[in-house]
Amino acid sequence: MRGLTPLDVPPTLPTVPDPEKNPMSSIARALLVVLLATASVASAKDTVRIAFIGPLTGGVSANGLGGRNSAQLAVKLRNADPKAKYSYELMALDDECKPNVGVQVATKAAADKNVIAAVAHYCSTVAMGTVDVYHRFGLPVVIWGAVLPDITYANDFKEIHRVNGTMINQNETAAKFMVAQKYKRWAIIHDTTDYGKGHNRYFAEYLQKNGGQILGTFGVTADQQDFSAELTRIKELKPEVIYFGGITPLGVRIRSQMDKFGVKAVFQGTSGIISDAFVEGLGPLAEGVVAFREGAPAEKLPGGKYFNEQYAKAAYSDPPEAYGPFAFAAANLVMDAVEKVGPDRKKVRNELNRTHDYDSVVGKISFDDHRQNAVPLITKFVVQGGKWLVWEDSEYAAGKRPLVR
Amino acid sequence: MDPALFAQHLLNGVMLGVIYALVAVGFTLFFGVLDVIKFSHGDVVMLGAFTALATSIAASAAGLSSPVILAAMLLAAIVGMALVGMLMARYLVLPLRNAPTLNVLLVTLMAGTVIREGVRLFYPQGSNPKPFPRLLPTGAFEFGAFTLRHDSIVLLVLGVGAIVFVHLLIVRTRLGLAIRAVAQDPETASAMGIPFRGTVLATFAIGSALAALAGVVNGLYYSEVSFNMGLLLGAIGFSAAVIGGLGNVYGAILGGFVFAALQTIGAVALPFASAYKDVFAFGVVILLMAWKPGGLLAERSAERV
Repeated sequence: MRGLTPLDVPPTLPTVPDPEKNPMSSIARALLVVLLATASVASAKDTVRIAFIGPLTGGVSANGLGGRNSAQLAVKLRNADPKAKYSYELMALDDECKPNVGVQVATKAAADKNVIAAVAHYCSTVAMGTVDVYHRFGLPVVIWGAVLPDITYANDFKEIHRVNGTMINQNETAAKFMVAQKYKRWAIIHDTTDYGKGHNRYFAEYLQKNGGQILGTFGVTADQQDFSAELTRIKELKPEVIYFGGITPLGVRIRSQMDKFGVKAVFQGTSGIISDAFVEGLGPLAEGVVAFREGAPAEKLPGGKYFNEQYAKAAYSDPPEAYGPFAFAAANLVMDAVEKVGPDRKKVRNELNRTHDYDSVVGKISFDDHRQNAVPLITKFVVQGGKWLVWEDSEYAAGKRPLVR
Repeated sequence: MDPALFAQHLLNGVMLGVIYALVAVGFTLFFGVLDVIKFSHGDVVMLGAFTALATSIAASAAGLSSPVILAAMLLAAIVGMALVGMLMARYLVLPLRNAPTLNVLLVTLMAGTVIREGVRLFYPQGSNPKPFPRLLPTGAFEFGAFTLRHDSIVLLVLGVGAIVFVHLLIVRTRLGLAIRAVAQDPETASAMGIPFRGTVLATFAIGSALAALAGVVNGLYYSEVSFNMGLLLGAIGFSAAVIGGLGNVYGAILGGFVFAALQTIGAVALPFASAYKDVFAFGVVILLMAWKPGGLLAERSAERV
């Protein structure tokens, strides 16, 4: 091969087109200047910065991106509204669903004087770590996805609000619904994480209030493989329903082993098993499994049609996911408060505290004394033909298919 | 307690014991010949189960019948894991023979993580639990509260058969004699013309094949496998081998059944919730080790394996 000599270097290197020699580009420049000038005239409005925090990378990033896009959409629609007093800017931050990263980005948002409020968190563990930060810096926050009750109930921080429901609401609906289906006797299996224990606590509470009977409660470790001993004991107790508080992998194991050990009962789960992996892992055994989740598929929401149309129009590459409409509602709630009282953290906080019967795409929002939305939405799900369906749309609700008796 | 129910718990415990014993025998074989602890053993169990799963999917796509699929997946898992075991021995364990045993422990621990994460990343949707095909007869004998499933009988026969086979292999064959000789004294065995490296590789092949069988039995018993199933199985198999007496095959089998019994008692007979059954079982293991540091059937220096 011939070596590269100085002679091989092209005599002239390609350069950027010279505007002096290119009339088209100087016209474009002039146009740009005019555009910029009119834009700055049009936006005589002050810009208000709002932070969005959620998991934008990592295992649950689909939910975070859906939430970010939805909040972004709310901001975009508001900025297009000539009646808005301010123009808004969304600062999206990634908490990676990790508490330590969450605290970092929360501090970054809270320490930025230009950020007036935040729409934050899908992951409960992250929110548990960051609520103190918001409180310390006095940054009003609306939680759009995290479900652990303690985020609003374990503190009395006036800065923390939540538009979505919690596992308390989920279990209240679950207990009432299942008792209404004429079931009386339950056995409970829950994993011994905070998630599983919380579900066990709230479900047991509401089940007893509604007249259901608990025959036995079994705590299991989150990586347990064998449930023969527990299920043999449960078989002896003859429950009509097995309530499982935990997430998909364990749920698959227990449902599968129920079949192996001949335990005939309805398998009732929590939001933690509503996943395609659950149905895939069980095949036909998933049929007739019921579970409950905060929120609702967008098309079931009061303003779902409008939200879906706008979201489709914006042509985002990721879907809004289950909590997108909540992020959208949270962003609008924050912007409405700013419109009303101006870009001042304290005033916005007080305005948010007073939220009552606020109309949003997820329905009415009213905060209780812990600034938790008191009219949360819970959706009932059932597996039919290898898919999670909303109960009301299923053949089970229509009476065409019976649950196990 | 109702005798039928007692029998049911006993059967559940025995099934668990067979799986644990199959895993524990591997640990004890490796320790016997090389005085090493191979911490990737649980993940080899998992890899065996996934090899069987992949084979069964391919075989059923080819339209084969259940018994043929079963034979194919057993063969693929056992041969595959025997090879994996030999490769690990050849390239990870033997080169570190003169290094501190802690290094072997670390290297195999890391190899286990590589296997586990590899399956998670490269098996389609590997993070999710996978349904394992139900290839065994599904009927059951019912005697009141006692249910004896046909598939449990098959699995029990398979597991016990494998253990008896290994016993005969060690006691009756020339290879078994070589393994016992190397276990006792590698230098003298080599001097007597016993190929050291070949014997070690054979031992790792046997132990890993048993792990593959444990993985398949586990999958058929629970109808579900997941990429992290080997973690706890490895810890339990190792504990079982230690309480039985590391280096003693019969001790490992005994240890497997003892551990299964402890877990079952922990979940059934103790007044507090079943959440503590592993705490109870591992707690008793600690006490047993304090009482008999060498294990229930401690290896005698004159007779190992």
